[in-house]
Amino acid sequence: MSSNAATSSTTHEHYYVPAQSRLPVWMAFGMFLTVFGAGKMMNDMSSGAESSSSHWWFFAGALVFAVVLYNWFSKVIRENHAGLNSVQLKKSYVWGMGWFIFSEVMFFAAFFGALLYIRQFVGPWLGGEGDKGITNYLYPGFEFSWPMLSNPDNSLFPGPEAVIPAFGLPLINTIILIASSITLTVAHHALRAGHRKQLNIWLGATVVLGIIFLFFQAEEYIEAYQHLGLTLDSGIYGSTFFMLTGFHGAHVTIGTFMLAVQLVRSMRGHFKAEDHFGFEASAWYWHFVDVVWLCLFVVVYWI
Amino acid sequence: MTTATHDHGHDHEHHGPAKGLTRWLYTTNHKDIGTMYLWFSFAMFLLGGTFAMVIRAELFQPGLQLVQPEFFNQMTTMHGLIMVFGAVMPAFVGLANWMLPMMVGAPDMALPRMNNLSFWILPFAFAMLTSTLFMEGGGPNFGWTFYAPLSTTYAPPSVTFFIFAVHIMGASSIMGAINIVATILNMRAPGMTLMKMPLFVWTWLITAYLLIAVMPVLAGVVTMMLMDIHFGTAFFNAAGGGSPVLFQHIFWFFGHPEVYIMILPAFGIVSAIIPAFARKQLFGYSSMVYATASIAFLSFIVWAHHMFTVGIPFLGEAFFMWATMLIAVPTGVKVFNWVTTMFRGSMTFETPMLFAICFVVLFTIGGFSGLMLAVAPADFQYHDTYFVVAHFHYVLVPGAVFSIMAAVYYWLPKWSGKMYNETMGKVHFWLSFVGVNILFFPQHFLGLAGMPRRIPDYALQFANFNMISSIGGFLFGASQLLFLYIVVHTIVAGKPAPAKPWDGAEGLEWTVDSPAPYHTFTTPPKID
Repeated sequence: MSSNAATSSTTHEHYYVPAQSRLPVWMAFGMFLTVFGAGKMMNDMSSGAESSSSHWWFFAGALVFAVVLYNWFSKVIRENHAGLNSVQLKKSYVWGMGWFIFSEVMFFAAFFGALLYIRQFVGPWLGGEGDKGITNYLYPGFEFSWPMLSNPDNSLFPGPEAVIPAFGLPLINTIILIASSITLTVAHHALRAGHRKQLNIWLGATVVLGIIFLFFQAEEYIEAYQHLGLTLDSGIYGSTFFMLTGFHGAHVTIGTFMLAVQLVRSMRGHFKAEDHFGFEASAWYWHFVDVVWLCLFVVVYWI
Repeated sequence: MTTATHDHGHDHEHHGPAKGLTRWLYTTNHKDIGTMYLWFSFAMFLLGGTFAMVIRAELFQPGLQLVQPEFFNQMTTMHGLIMVFGAVMPAFVGLANWMLPMMVGAPDMALPRMNNLSFWILPFAFAMLTSTLFMEGGGPNFGWTFYAPLSTTYAPPSVTFFIFAVHIMGASSIMGAINIVATILNMRAPGMTLMKMPLFVWTWLITAYLLIAVMPVLAGVVTMMLMDIHFGTAFFNAAGGGSPVLFQHIFWFFGHPEVYIMILPAFGIVSAIIPAFARKQLFGYSSMVYATASIAFLSFIVWAHHMFTVGIPFLGEAFFMWATMLIAVPTGVKVFNWVTTMFRGSMTFETPMLFAICFVVLFTIGGFSGLMLAVAPADFQYHDTYFVVAHFHYVLVPGAVFSIMAAVYYWLPKWSGKMYNETMGKVHFWLSFVGVNILFFPQHFLGLAGMPRRIPDYALQFANFNMISSIGGFLFGASQLLFLYIVVHTIVAGKPAPAKPWDGAEGLEWTVDSPAPYHTFTTPPKID
């Protein structure tokens, strides 16, 4: 891994500090437009507004965001190709990606924590057991079970008829994601060995597996909504189920997109056997998403 | 890697800053970005302070005098949110931007463009947050802790924009924190080993880890709110099997480390200033590092002490009580070390030192009232009274805010190349010191006598102390305009400052000129 001379013919004794850049302030502006538009859309939706132009704010923001993101990454790649990035600077990117993934772990931890707290404490209490079982007085007759097919107040939150069993599509999806981590690792080995064609094949296979996963996940959601009555508003089971699997699905989407970009880059001749952090970062992200799924499979679907 | 032989930073072959507005919009320079953070935070300090003045004016006398209860609630909420997320946190990030690269001998922050992004998110986020005050139904009115279901079922529509503002300012904080971690771990000059780093660097490293760990949790909890409000989920609704107490658990899992995010960098500042003006080495450097790390660790396992009265099992009450009291141990180590640093030192009392000593004394008072609140049975009496308000304002105002002011007086000569007026600085200190105590000390008595927090009107027996407190508030508020004047006056008309205006000061930042050149340490200095 550690080879500095190969990245450029000259060794840079200075840490490269980029000159002025328009990208950050535009990115901030794009983020603002996106969330402002999203907020307006949701408020219009909830207040039942007949016509709304809020989505244009959102789309404008998303467009600015996407354009800036494209240019930003292009620029970083060009800088690396120009040999501006010293070994030390590359390490900064490594630290950055590593701690970004850790922050994502904590984001998921909030939702896993919510699920476990509900199952361990809130549910039994509402059902009249344990230290705070007195809360059952609010909902007489409510009995707690998991998955929660009957809610404390079924008129406000009609419970689902059934939930998705673990050993059906979720198991298949587990196998798909584990397989995708293996194909990705094979691709990584091919890249390090300098086998470009194999790299493209295995990386392409990983992207395809990601897309298949998302397809099955969509199938599962359709099944849940159309046949099981399992929805976002069917009580806490639906809330935690869709938020956890939904955020995971969003991350798989991002991860698949990242890997697809790496595939395009690879076909254009980017990456060297010892210098391919774009690939590595995407791979780390993919493995992280994979691990989150394993936790989901056990905690959300299985037990 | 290079091992440069220069002792000093050179700005050879480097051009200075660009001209005009684009210098600030497009900059990647840590000093520019630090300056923007600091001015932004000062603007937010004045805005949040204005809201506080509205609160104190309304509470000057019993009865509804100036504002309606609905607006009063928006003022308490926005005051808290603006001060926490807009004033204190960005001020520390601004100080980090200015000082960390110079303190570790780095040419800039590790990821300079992302650094500018972190800053520029903030004006947008706070413009959006402040604009909620003018929206239909008013701004957020549920307290800065935004407990569900006040912030979900019963919230005004503007809560959606509050949620998204929190989302993007959280993104800003996470990126800022990642940048700081990468800078400290990857950009230190050769020879700058971890245990040689100034304590401000250490405390910020640990703070950055806290930020990376808990800001995503905050994002998670506001996301759950958003879903409950607009998409029918039941996270905080018992009718669907959720729980409002779940909100409090997740919020305080973020919230307790958050209060240390606002105090650990202050510890670093005070640990720089006290040795400089006592002209002695800091006593117990390594114990300071370990104490900071211990406080950070403990901050993750004490959150439910904010929730003693909400109804948690007995074992939970006991655990969170004892764990909270444990924090007094590393904090005591720190206070002991500061006092021991001053012991038999050749002390002088310039403005930064006055603020730093005041920090040690008044922060300790705030710490002790925190210890009182940590006692679960006693907390049933104090909970949600003005005693709590007095407690956390003692740690945040003469604690965090005074440390920021100390830092500004201490490093302003380095930033601007000019010396502030010492007499005016001292006047500012004494007015602030007297004001802050008149403002917050009577609130202890009000709380113990039973006055609840977050109310626009109160029973007559609280009238005297409230009036005293308000007078202190107006005095403290007005004194900060003097602070603004002093800083502007220094920049415009201050006398030139030498490279090292404080003879006891130590650290790489004093080896470069004043004002610090636009680029410092483009080749790393040699540390022995």
